[in-house]
Amino acid sequence: MSGETHEAVHRHPAPTGFIRKYIFSLDHKVIGIQYIMLALVAVLVGMTMSVLMRMNLSWPGTNWPILGTLFPGGAPDGMMTPEFYLSLVTMHGTIMVFFVLTTAPQGGFGNYFLPIQIGAEDMAFPVLNMLSFWVTLVGFIVILAAIFFSGADSTVGPIGGWTGYAPLSALPNAGPGQGMGMNLWIISIAIFCVGSLLGALNFITTLLNMRTRGMSLMRMPLTCWAWFTTAVLALLSFPVLLGGGILLLLDRLAGTSFFIPGGLYLSGILSGTDERFPLHTGGSPILWQHLFWFFGHPEVYIAILPGMGATSHILSTFARKPVFGYRAMVFAIFAIGLLGFFVWGHHMFISGMSPYSAMTFSILTLSIGVPSAVKTFNWLGTLWGARIRFTTAMLFAIGFVSLFVAGGITGLVLGQTSLDLPMHDTYFVTAHFHLVMGVASIFGMFAATYFWFPKMFGRLMNESLGKFHFWITFIGVYCIFVPMHTMGIVGMPRRFAQFTEYEYLKTLHPLVVFVSIAAIATVLAQIVFYFNLLWSIFKGKRAGENPWDATTLEWTTASPPPHDNFAGHLPVVYRGPYEFAVPGAANDFVMQTEPEVILQAVGSGREGTSGNGHDGHRH
Amino acid sequence: MATTVTGTKTIKKGKSPVGGPRFPGGNGGGSRGRNGHNGDMSHFESSANRYRIGMWVALAAILMMFTALTSAYIVRAASSNDWRPIAMPQILLLSTALIVASSGTLELARRKLKEAFEVSFNRWLLMTTALGVAFVGSQLLAWRQLVRQGVYVGSNPHSSFFYLLTATHGVHLLGGLIALTYLRLRTRRTERDGQALAKRHAVADAVTLYWHFMDGLWIYLFLLLFFWR
Repeated sequence: MSGETHEAVHRHPAPTGFIRKYIFSLDHKVIGIQYIMLALVAVLVGMTMSVLMRMNLSWPGTNWPILGTLFPGGAPDGMMTPEFYLSLVTMHGTIMVFFVLTTAPQGGFGNYFLPIQIGAEDMAFPVLNMLSFWVTLVGFIVILAAIFFSGADSTVGPIGGWTGYAPLSALPNAGPGQGMGMNLWIISIAIFCVGSLLGALNFITTLLNMRTRGMSLMRMPLTCWAWFTTAVLALLSFPVLLGGGILLLLDRLAGTSFFIPGGLYLSGILSGTDERFPLHTGGSPILWQHLFWFFGHPEVYIAILPGMGATSHILSTFARKPVFGYRAMVFAIFAIGLLGFFVWGHHMFISGMSPYSAMTFSILTLSIGVPSAVKTFNWLGTLWGARIRFTTAMLFAIGFVSLFVAGGITGLVLGQTSLDLPMHDTYFVTAHFHLVMGVASIFGMFAATYFWFPKMFGRLMNESLGKFHFWITFIGVYCIFVPMHTMGIVGMPRRFAQFTEYEYLKTLHPLVVFVSIAAIATVLAQIVFYFNLLWSIFKGKRAGENPWDATTLEWTTASPPPHDNFAGHLPVVYRGPYEFAVPGAANDFVMQTEPEVILQAVGSGREGTSGNGHDGHRH
Repeated sequence: MATTVTGTKTIKKGKSPVGGPRFPGGNGGGSRGRNGHNGDMSHFESSANRYRIGMWVALAAILMMFTALTSAYIVRAASSNDWRPIAMPQILLLSTALIVASSGTLELARRKLKEAFEVSFNRWLLMTTALGVAFVGSQLLAWRQLVRQGVYVGSNPHSSFFYLLTATHGVHLLGGLIALTYLRLRTRRTERDGQALAKRHAVADAVTLYWHFMDGLWIYLFLLLFFWR
């Protein structure tokens, strides 16, 4: 690009040894790909567990010989025990939330593209960056160890759910898998916290300190704002979980009573009357819930904000229009992040709290609807009247908007105490958070993958396979999660291994089977995605520097970018990130590095009206 | 009349467009004044700033963790009638004096570094490290006093919190000692170019900030554990 030809060249040579280049790499791009690969492996584990759960729910009592061979304790005669099912619930949730939804969007794509999009050569602290990945990987290995060493061969881990509520999680003898399995679970989460904190520290410092010339804050792509806000959320919420995890571990191993109340009976033994159950008094189980959810709610936004950033970016690129209301988008991201710290109580309505606190939490929860609506309407505004290029990335970004609305709207239902109390422990909640936090975030990541793959590997992904993947997945997830709302309204409880004994739920059985079939079909469609990913790395159509006619800095450099991102020339930025369809410009897109041009009286005196400096409707 | 087109917004000449300065500033908003400023001190300064920024960010995370533990402390103290505060080990007064003194010596070291007095910088830095080690030793002695009295981690909620908070603070302080050693060994004046010097000053600022924070944190924990209520 122009404007940088006179700059002095000072290249940082890439390491040559295989280990320094690909394994213990300091290059943020390699680390980003390592994070994505970790997520791609973790999601297979989590997905397999969800299929096992669905099989047990829809065809209870069926003999699955493979299961019986693999887990003789957990599935005697190939039939799953309820404890085995509960451990699947726990591990599915933990692996998906921590090692997929937190690693891929932030650690993966954020790591790869944040430095390039702000015009930096690397992260501020490359060594910390490498450590953050390897620490996270150790966390993943520890959680996998919980599958095999949970202390009882009848489970694949603890049975406490991803929330690990005390006192169940605080008592080693409380059930199968609650011994070593729960220890490993807590240790894994603590390790993960440390890894995430190192990452967050790096993201924030990089964004504040490493922006290239001209890259003012309001010229950053919305992806960078999203990654930044996500990093701030991680920085402030993970320490709380870490603190809580240490307290929980002390309760289990050092005989303290932070979370364990007095007078508990365990298998008929009163606390303190037998050496198998030492004395505990005065602890508060609710305290754990507060500490957990103070982290847990921001965690939801840690999962979805990067998806929002990617969606804004991709919608604008393929609508060939500036993002509608750039400034409003930035403030909405901040508002969502800020409010996210004051609503954790809505996960605890059913645990019992003063009606006044419940009302406060409820009002704050509902107010998140405002910035969420700002974002949604701005996305629609971006699409309005546009000549859309329906690439696979664009389809997934539109899918994100759809899922965010569909899943978010039930948040307004559950945010009200009177409605939450009857529905909290039902499938309604399962459906709500899977749509909005799970599937929407994953759609954001699919969009990001199809969009940035050519930059990462120099080749385009196959569009036909991509569109096939999109339609099956899009229809599939709605077929899975819309019926779950109905089940929840009827009163089907969460976390039950099967429902054969409940007369009032018998009529729902066909729906349960339908959901399972949809789930299996959706999972099978992901094989197409994995195949497309691998095949395109080697055989995909070659992509140039800028296959999508996009405007931001990552498209000014080679695909894949060289070790120091810009081959020694750091770019200079002259304009905002989404300058599509600029009146008077030669192309329908103007790169951020394009120097300013002086034109004669193009609509002189007309100010932009959308409040953000971009007026996308005047072409 | 000539107007400037920046993006889709058409503005009058002389008016700054929304979203940034009209021409990229030297070392401003988009901050890394790399381009065309090689060898410029301001560039080194701004690049080395990452250590100062990174430290503030890290302290925010540490603060959140101790905030969480504090709220657990307050909730736990109020939630039951088994709260029996332990007697303060007298040696903690010595610990407090040691860490306050170490903050002072480190501040002196940092100033000597800025004034390029290498010898006194090293002397004060060494003094700080010694005081830091003495603090950790003093904390361990406090633990031993309690153990002799038969007060363990699980004895009662207050002793649990005492051991937990002192241990967590101690681990962070050990990190501080490693940072002091790093400052002493890895940023020697061997390479006296601008970049190394700017980095050294920034690392010294960051380590000092961390140490002062640990000092303040200890005073806070001391007051919380023995003078709250």
